[in-house]
Amino acid sequence: MKTNDVIIQFTAKLVFFMIFFYAVHIFFAGHYTPGGGFVGGLVTASAIVLLIVAFDLKTVQTILPINYIYMVASGLILALGTAAISMFAGKPFFTHYFDYYNLPILGKTSLHTAALFDLGVYLVVVGVTMTIIQTIGEDE
Amino acid sequence: MNNFLLLPIIIPFFFAMILMFGQKKIAYQRIMTIFGLVLSILCAAGLVLNVRENGPQIVTFGNWPAPFGITMVSDMMSALLVLTTLVLAMFIVWYGFASIGRKREQFFYYPGIMFIITGVNGAFTTGDIFNLFVFFEVLLMASYLLIVLGGEKAQLRESIKYILVNVISSALFVITVAYLYSVVGTLNMADISLKIAEINQPGILTVIAVLFLLVFGMKAAIFPLYFWLPSAYSAPPIPVLALFGALLTKVGVYAITRTYTLFFTHDLSYTHELLLILAILTIVAGCIGALAHFDVKQIIIYNIVIAVGVILFGVAQMNEAGLEGAIFYLIHDMIIKAALFMLIGIVIYVTGTTNLRKMGGLMKTYPALGWFYLIAAFGLVGVPPLSGFIGKLLIVQGGFEAGNTWSTLLVLASSIIVLLSAMRIFIYAFWGVEGQLSSNVEKSKFNGLFIPTAFLVVLSIFYGIGTEWLTPFMGDAAKILFDPSIYTDAVMKGGN
Repeated sequence: MKTNDVIIQFTAKLVFFMIFFYAVHIFFAGHYTPGGGFVGGLVTASAIVLLIVAFDLKTVQTILPINYIYMVASGLILALGTAAISMFAGKPFFTHYFDYYNLPILGKTSLHTAALFDLGVYLVVVGVTMTIIQTIGEDE
Repeated sequence: MNNFLLLPIIIPFFFAMILMFGQKKIAYQRIMTIFGLVLSILCAAGLVLNVRENGPQIVTFGNWPAPFGITMVSDMMSALLVLTTLVLAMFIVWYGFASIGRKREQFFYYPGIMFIITGVNGAFTTGDIFNLFVFFEVLLMASYLLIVLGGEKAQLRESIKYILVNVISSALFVITVAYLYSVVGTLNMADISLKIAEINQPGILTVIAVLFLLVFGMKAAIFPLYFWLPSAYSAPPIPVLALFGALLTKVGVYAITRTYTLFFTHDLSYTHELLLILAILTIVAGCIGALAHFDVKQIIIYNIVIAVGVILFGVAQMNEAGLEGAIFYLIHDMIIKAALFMLIGIVIYVTGTTNLRKMGGLMKTYPALGWFYLIAAFGLVGVPPLSGFIGKLLIVQGGFEAGNTWSTLLVLASSIIVLLSAMRIFIYAFWGVEGQLSSNVEKSKFNGLFIPTAFLVVLSIFYGIGTEWLTPFMGDAAKILFDPSIYTDAVMKGGN
């Protein structure tokens, strides 16, 4: 018998975006409040897992055609690159820089290179989680 | 530039990431791996010269002052170990081209090697006890990949044991660091050393010292914690085994050496006496294993255990001769173990068996292999012009100076058993009537295996002959171990 899962599929489409934007919020909140790259990455991965549960692996792979292993590698390179910037400026490895900028819509904002490092962590966490889930899911 | 000491860690790390792209392109994988290793070797050699000239190199991450940031310290000992690690890795990767097989090469074998080197080099260089834990995990994770990669039955079985043992010892490591942190309130190794000197090692710190011995002893395979090693190391293919045998246990030995010379130097009669007794028992256990087996892999694997015991015996003496001998022997042992595993890998390839009783008469068909094995075996034992001699001589000298006459004689006697076990392979495999020979030995593959091995054996000969040139480096390394105030001064004052 073919099950009809129209409700979960419809809900998943809506809830996916809610979870994803919450993950983005948590990611950017990390500097001043609890949150950061690790949690943000896990929440993003859980949003994608929700899609996989509601639809199936193949469909989700066509919606999000991402090679998660490359995602891990680029996240690592981004993190290492951020840490290495200061090496070229003659400062010790991992020295971060920050300053305040007046951005068009957001107003006065502090931009910190630690956010780039966090973005690397975020990519690695999403990539690793999705690789694990996809590999186990595809296994016959 | 003060970041220079990080390059031997960062370069392999960077190449590991790059190698995660282009997983199926074997030519790209091989060329990039060798290129990355050569680049790091050049940096590491520069680092050794730099440390020789300017003393210990220090960098504290993020421009924080010394006890608050993570400090990386490259003194002579760690610089030499980093250089040895990279050189060995290059030869082992080269050896692996002919033997590791396409399927493994296409499935993250090279990134695994690069990550394991990142972890090993980081563990040798770090100046922060928790960072040491993190680098241990980096190298262990990569070693889990390499031990199971290929998915043969034996590999799957042994990797479960290996991971279980290491997870337990890692948890114990965290608990021990938590204990230490609650007593001294700092994680920077130089700062811990100063704080312990202030409070003069009360009973709780002796307990922590023994816990550290338990943790690192599990990684380094000392008696009675070596039980996992013989079976776990027999599972992976030869290049991976050579990498493990040459590097992984030595990181544990290095960690014991570091903690027992830098932190726990105030209750020698208990901590170092215990280390001495365990080192002797390790040698005895290794000797028994090396004589008991007729499997070539197992014989060399038990020789790892013996060598760990000998090095720690040198460390336990706590005098300059003993420590210098320990460093000499440590680096000799890394080189010679890699060479021996590579040699027996060739023997296994041409005979198609690991059982000594089935081999024989290889001297007629493969004379060069036989002579190189003989040189490596004499080097392992420490026959004078070769590499193992000066280290053991200094260790024995240290033992007699410290007044441990009987145990030192036992260390000397263990050399005979090492000789016996290594010669047994030579006699059974190379002399006598012709035994089993593998039918499909390709000349090109044999050469691919033999050339890097021969280079490594030649390198070990130079290590023995060049003792005169190496002594100042080893003397520097021993001096900083013997007198931790050089280390702490360099970190706390020069740290920037």
